[in-house]
Amino acid sequence: VRILVCVKRVPLTGGKMVLTEDEQALETRHLGFTISPHEECGVEEAVRLVEQHGGDVTVLTLGPPEAEEQIRDALATGADRGILLETDGEERDPQATAAAIVAEAADYDLVVFGNESADAGNFQVGVRVAYALGRPVVTGLKGLSVDDGRLRCEQEVTGGRDVYLVPLPAVVSVLEGINLPRYPSVPAKLRARQKPVEKRAPARPEPRLERRRLVVPPGQGKRAEILGRGPDAAPAVVDVMRELGVA
Amino acid sequence: MVLALVEHEDGRVDELSLQALALARSLGEPVAALLVGGREAAAELGAHGVATAYVAEDERLAAYAPAAWARCVDELIERTGPSAVVAAGTNRGNEVLAHVAARRDLPFAANCTAIGAAAATPSANTAAGTPTAASTPIAAASLDVTRVRWGGSLLEESRVHGPLPLLTVAPHAVAAATVNGAAAPAIESFAPALEPADLLVQVVEHVEAAQTGVSLAEAKVVVSGGRGVGSADGFGILEELAALLDAAVGCSRVVTSAGWRPHTDQVGQTGTKVSPDLYIACGISGATQHIAGCKGAKKILAINSDAEAPILGNADYAVIGDLTEIVPAITAELRRTRAP
Repeated sequence: VRILVCVKRVPLTGGKMVLTEDEQALETRHLGFTISPHEECGVEEAVRLVEQHGGDVTVLTLGPPEAEEQIRDALATGADRGILLETDGEERDPQATAAAIVAEAADYDLVVFGNESADAGNFQVGVRVAYALGRPVVTGLKGLSVDDGRLRCEQEVTGGRDVYLVPLPAVVSVLEGINLPRYPSVPAKLRARQKPVEKRAPARPEPRLERRRLVVPPGQGKRAEILGRGPDAAPAVVDVMRELGVA
Repeated sequence: MVLALVEHEDGRVDELSLQALALARSLGEPVAALLVGGREAAAELGAHGVATAYVAEDERLAAYAPAAWARCVDELIERTGPSAVVAAGTNRGNEVLAHVAARRDLPFAANCTAIGAAAATPSANTAAGTPTAASTPIAAASLDVTRVRWGGSLLEESRVHGPLPLLTVAPHAVAAATVNGAAAPAIESFAPALEPADLLVQVVEHVEAAQTGVSLAEAKVVVSGGRGVGSADGFGILEELAALLDAAVGCSRVVTSAGWRPHTDQVGQTGTKVSPDLYIACGISGATQHIAGCKGAKKILAINSDAEAPILGNADYAVIGDLTEIVPAITAELRRTRAP
C-alpha cells in the first residue's frame, strides 16, 4: 500500500494561551512545536500498515519552512519521504488546505489525516480531499487494518465500536489512541536527515472561512483555595468532599 | 429559513441537537429540522421552535452512512433553499456537514459558540453561554461566527463567506431552551434519492464493549494523575482512593504517551471530556491540552508539589505537597471518618 499521511505543525502550548498583540496568532516565541497529536498517530498507523503489508509512507505538511522539522520527525519514526508545501506562515482555511493536498494525493492507495488539527479543529480537510479525489472516507478511527484488499475501520461510539469495511483507494482520519507512537532512535533520526523531502509553494487563495481575530476565553486565571500543605490537609479535603456530597 | 440536522436516539432528540437548535434560533429566522429516521422524536421539536420537521425515511438509512446523511441534507437544501444549515458539533454532526461542504464546495465552520452579531462584537459575551436575544438576520454574502480552537482553550472570530453558511454548534456552548406557545411541528417525510456511492461507507457491525468499572465520561468523581505520579505503579494509590469514592481513574496525555495508562483513561483535548462533581488532579501541571478535557468539572482539586503550577489557576481547591503522602492520607481519613 502506498500511503500519504497529512500532518500539521502546531505549537506545544503549555499552561496558558498568550496571543500576539494583533490578536492574530498565539505568541510562540517561547514555545516548541510538534506534529498535531491525532496526526502523530496517523504516521505511526501508516508505518505499521506498511511494515505489515509492504508499500511506502509519504508524509505531507502545508506550513511554514520550519515545518520541515515535523516532516523530519515523521521520517525518523518510519516514513520514507516527505512533501513540504510551503506557506508564508499564514494559516490557510480548510478549502485552501484541501485544494493544496488534492494536487499531491492522487497516486496513493490510502490518504491518512488526523480527525481534526489540535489548533484550528476544522474537522473537514480529509473529507474535502476524499470528495475531490472521488474516494470513500471514514473519520474518527480508533482501529484500522487491511483485510483482503479492504480496509476495516473502527470507531469508538457509546457502548462499543462501529465497524466499516471500505474498498481501497480510500481516505481515513484517525484519533489519538489508535496506537502508541514509537519514539525515534538516534540512528533513525540520523537516517531521517538523508531521506528525500520535496518542496513546493502552492498559491494561497482568498479564504472563505476567514479568521479575523483570536480571543482568550474568560475563566483563565482562577485562584485555587489552598486547603493545606502535605498530608495534614487530608481532613480539610474530606470536609470539602462531604460538602460536595461525593464522599 | 434555517435548516437544522437533528440527531436522535431511542425516540428522543439528543441534548446537543437541542442546544444547536437554540443557537440556530438566534439567527432570527424560522427553523426547520431534518431527522434521518426517528419520526417519533420529531414531536418534541415544536417546543424548541421547530415549525417543520422533515424526516428522511428509507430502510437503507437504518445503519449510519455519512454520505447518505449528507445526501438527505443536500436534497433539502435544494428543495427548501435555507439561508444556513446548522448541526450539533458531535462526531456525526461535524462529519455530515463536512460531507455537505465538500459536496457543494461551501465553507463550513465547526464548533461555533456564537453566530451573527453576537460573534462579532469585541469583548461581548461571546463565550458566556447564551445567544443574544436580539435576532440577527443573515447578511447576503457572509456570516460572522465565533468558533472553538484548541478544544476550547482559545476562540476564533471568523467570517463565513458565501450564500449558504454551514455551521456546527460546540457542545455545551449554549443551553437548550424551549419557546413559549409552540405548536407541534408539521412532520413531512421524504425518501431521499440515495445512490450506491452514498452507501459505500456504512456501519456494517457494532461490537459491544465489555463494561469495566465506572465510566470516565459519566463518573461523579474522577481521580486523575499526571507526570508527578512518576510511574505506572504510582497509580496504585490513586486507584485505592478512587475505589473508596466510586470514582473513575483518569490521567494526562504525558501519562498515556509514556505508556503508564491506556489512552482510554486520558482526560484532555485528545482524550475524554469529563464533567464530574469533583475532579482530583494529582501531579498534573495543567497544560491547556488537559484543561480542555476537565474544565467541565463542577469543582477541581489540585494536589501538586508546585504552588505555581498552571493547574492552580484552573482549580477551586489545592493541596501543596508530595502526592505520594497526601493521597494515602486522604484515603486513610475517609476510611477513619467512615468507620462505625
